[in-house]
Amino acid sequence: MDNILNQIGIENYIFLSVILFCIGVFGVLYRRNAIVVFMSIEIMLNAINLLFAAFSTYHQDAQGQIFVFFSMAVAAAEVAIGLAILVSIFRNMGTIDVGNLKNLKG
Amino acid sequence: MDTNLVLVLLLAPFLGFLFNVFLGKKAGKNVVGIVGTLSVAVSFVITLYLFANASQEPVVINLFDWISIQRFDISFGFLIDQLSILWLLFVTGIGSLIHLYSISYMHDDEKMHSFFAYLNLFIFFMIALVIGSNLLMMFIGWEGVGLCSYLLIGFWYKNQNFNDAAKKAFIMNRIGDLGFLIGIFIVGSLFNTLDFTSLRTTIESAKDVSDLWIAIAALALFIGATGKSAQLPLYTWLPDAMAGPTPVSALIHAATMVTAGIFMLTRLNFLFDMAPSVQNIIAIVGACTALVAATIALVQNDIKKVLAYSTVSQLGLMFLALGLGAYEVAVFHVITHAFFKACLFLGSGSVIHGLHGEQDMRKMGGLKKAMPITFITMLIASLAIAGIFPLAGFWSKDEILMTAFNHSNNKALWVVGSIASIMTAFYMFRLIYLTFFNSFRGTEEQKHHLHESPSLITVPLIILAILSFVGGAISLPGHSWLNDYLAPLFTKVAHEEHTLGSTEYMLMAIATIGALIGIGIAYKKYLKDNTIPSEDAEITGLSKVLYNKYYVDEIYDSVFVKPINLLSDLFREHVEKSLSALVFGLGKVTNEIAIQGKKAHNGSVGFYLFAFVIGVIVILTYLFLQQFFI
Amino acid sequence: MIQIPDIANATPIQILFCVLSVITLATAFLTIYSKKPMHNAIYLVICFTSISGHYLLLNAQFLALVNLIVYIGAIMILMLFTIMLMNLNKENEVHKPRITRLGAIVVFCLMCLVLIAMFMNSKPIADGSYDVTGEDYQSIQVLGKLLLNEYMVPFEFASVLLLVAMIGAVLLSKKEKIEK
Repeated sequence: MDNILNQIGIENYIFLSVILFCIGVFGVLYRRNAIVVFMSIEIMLNAINLLFAAFSTYHQDAQGQIFVFFSMAVAAAEVAIGLAILVSIFRNMGTIDVGNLKNLKG
Repeated sequence: MDTNLVLVLLLAPFLGFLFNVFLGKKAGKNVVGIVGTLSVAVSFVITLYLFANASQEPVVINLFDWISIQRFDISFGFLIDQLSILWLLFVTGIGSLIHLYSISYMHDDEKMHSFFAYLNLFIFFMIALVIGSNLLMMFIGWEGVGLCSYLLIGFWYKNQNFNDAAKKAFIMNRIGDLGFLIGIFIVGSLFNTLDFTSLRTTIESAKDVSDLWIAIAALALFIGATGKSAQLPLYTWLPDAMAGPTPVSALIHAATMVTAGIFMLTRLNFLFDMAPSVQNIIAIVGACTALVAATIALVQNDIKKVLAYSTVSQLGLMFLALGLGAYEVAVFHVITHAFFKACLFLGSGSVIHGLHGEQDMRKMGGLKKAMPITFITMLIASLAIAGIFPLAGFWSKDEILMTAFNHSNNKALWVVGSIASIMTAFYMFRLIYLTFFNSFRGTEEQKHHLHESPSLITVPLIILAILSFVGGAISLPGHSWLNDYLAPLFTKVAHEEHTLGSTEYMLMAIATIGALIGIGIAYKKYLKDNTIPSEDAEITGLSKVLYNKYYVDEIYDSVFVKPINLLSDLFREHVEKSLSALVFGLGKVTNEIAIQGKKAHNGSVGFYLFAFVIGVIVILTYLFLQQFFI
Repeated sequence: MIQIPDIANATPIQILFCVLSVITLATAFLTIYSKKPMHNAIYLVICFTSISGHYLLLNAQFLALVNLIVYIGAIMILMLFTIMLMNLNKENEVHKPRITRLGAIVVFCLMCLVLIAMFMNSKPIADGSYDVTGEDYQSIQVLGKLLLNEYMVPFEFASVLLLVAMIGAVLLSKKEKIEK
């Protein structure tokens, strides 16, 4: 079986992941809607997962994929809790605009 | 020798202290007195047992190793030998009598329980000082008795003068203690041990140790002794220490604690024998102290002040003997002095008690009839201290003078000592005549209440008077029991016993005649002519100088206290202010940073995210660039 | 180091990779950019699907399936439900101030620069030949053995984590009783 990286090259995966990750960062900074912020975080996580899988192939080692599983499990848990928090924030404040959540002001 | 026995001996007064501190107030005055006295009496009984069963060889009891650093070991142990047993005998013996006396004397004081607690604590520390097996153990006791002395001088702490006296005593003692500590350090670094027995063998065998360092160590230790035993120039605390209750003056400031310096010098006789120059200094300081204190005592009007200066003077005589290498003679005088000075102080306490706190001899007189027992016991003690044959003081003082006479061709020390003892006779009988003879000079009310003290006060007086009478028997010239008893302690047999030749008899005669002359002058002046010392304002000339104690306190005040106060003012005015400005400035800067930093916490999640991401970028950049610069 | 792609001689796999990458990046960007939350979610679904395609390209079939199931099947559905629950499908979001948007773009560029520089500078461990050892290191069998032997304890902990998250989510989103 031929290795896919012979044809594509690890660099391209790295570029893809980095750009994807940076889009996630950009989204976190750019948007005020908490749900979109959440989605941006998911994009970042996926960028990292993709890089894990690419390196797993690069090193011909399955452990990278195991890491992706765990990161997915954590992401699932995180989303469940985060959305629950968002729901209760929305219920209490009537908005999920992060610009309005200023109760932490010191 | 039983370790437990020694522990009981040491801890009995401590238990008494604990009882009196924690339960004393509830237990009531009688119980407090009984417990306090019994705890000391137990120690006395054990001491008697030890004395009866003592072996010739010193017994060392090591409880545990306290400090051990490489080759340097200090054990927590006790040394029981002839010297410590002797000291224990009169510390616990006189201590018991004075406790007994205090039951009655302090009965009207509301803080009687703490008084007894302090007294017991004092006895505990004094025993620790005496039986400690090394210099550090001795130092513990040394500091402890200083503490108790402070507490007891300032016992009536509501009087500010008494507090000042207590502080003075403490600070004067600290100066001496510093010397003692330095001495301990030097000895420790020279010989790698602080243990008395090993120190003795080390010093005797060591040849390569420089004489200079030994002399410095001896001098430092002697400075410690001058602090505790009230010698020139640190003696001024002792007369002021009379602010404490009279039993305290008798126990601590006459009989026991002030002899700690003599004990220390005797304990370390092998060290001082190696430093003849320091011995000379000790002898000269002792003689000067004896003379100076005796002259001051001539004109004092406070009954306790007279006795205090007398104590300083007698301690000076003891140091004179120590300086001449005649340790057993000094010890002999310590013992007899403990008897008659305790008796005198307790007698004066009885007088003061009878007069409801009056201490000025100008307001006494004619007490002979009202207080016969006090009078007779004090008379015996005065005769003893004056050196009248055959009372205790005669033998001990005579031996000191004889040693001084025989020591060298220079008779100056002997002359000074003799003058001091003539003065002793004079001022003691001045005291007796002013207090007990002629008519009463106090108020009518006091006269009405004059009475003999209760038996708890008179019994210790009688016992001490008897001891002052016969105490000399322990060291009669010719066949001295004391010298034989103490012989194992001393390395040199330099001081061979006096053969009773014509010179010695002549010296005895001179001493007795001198004492009689002193008594005679006092008799002429105060009994026959009935002179009353003039009021404070009317004193003039030399007497005024003497009455004001040579202005020593004033000199110390202007030489040491005032410059230090000036320096302190300087520091307070300038250094402290700039320091506080610095410290407060730091606080202000921190505060300002915090206020500015608070603005960063504006509660905006977006801003936090920005800060976070930029922080991550900075860290990554740093890590990335780092690899190029390693 | 960076090879300029030879478009004329591109193999089908390379073309596939390029197409998938374009889809991924474009939908990801649209996810951020689109104003309507519902559209965001749809774009995100497409983005994740293309990532699953990448996994398939890497011969990681199991990962691709799990990604589909977990992200698209579970997480995105959860998000859609939340959006619908809050009735957020309105363009009522106020834009952030211009300085913030500018800052976001600058940060985006900086981040790209730093990360790419770092990865390009890292030293490759394997040489570029990618020899096939014959061992199938990506099959479900291998993964299962690895997961249940070496990673047994983390695996169990992951299950506990999910359980706790479930309980937490239920507790958090439950309507509180108003106490009087």
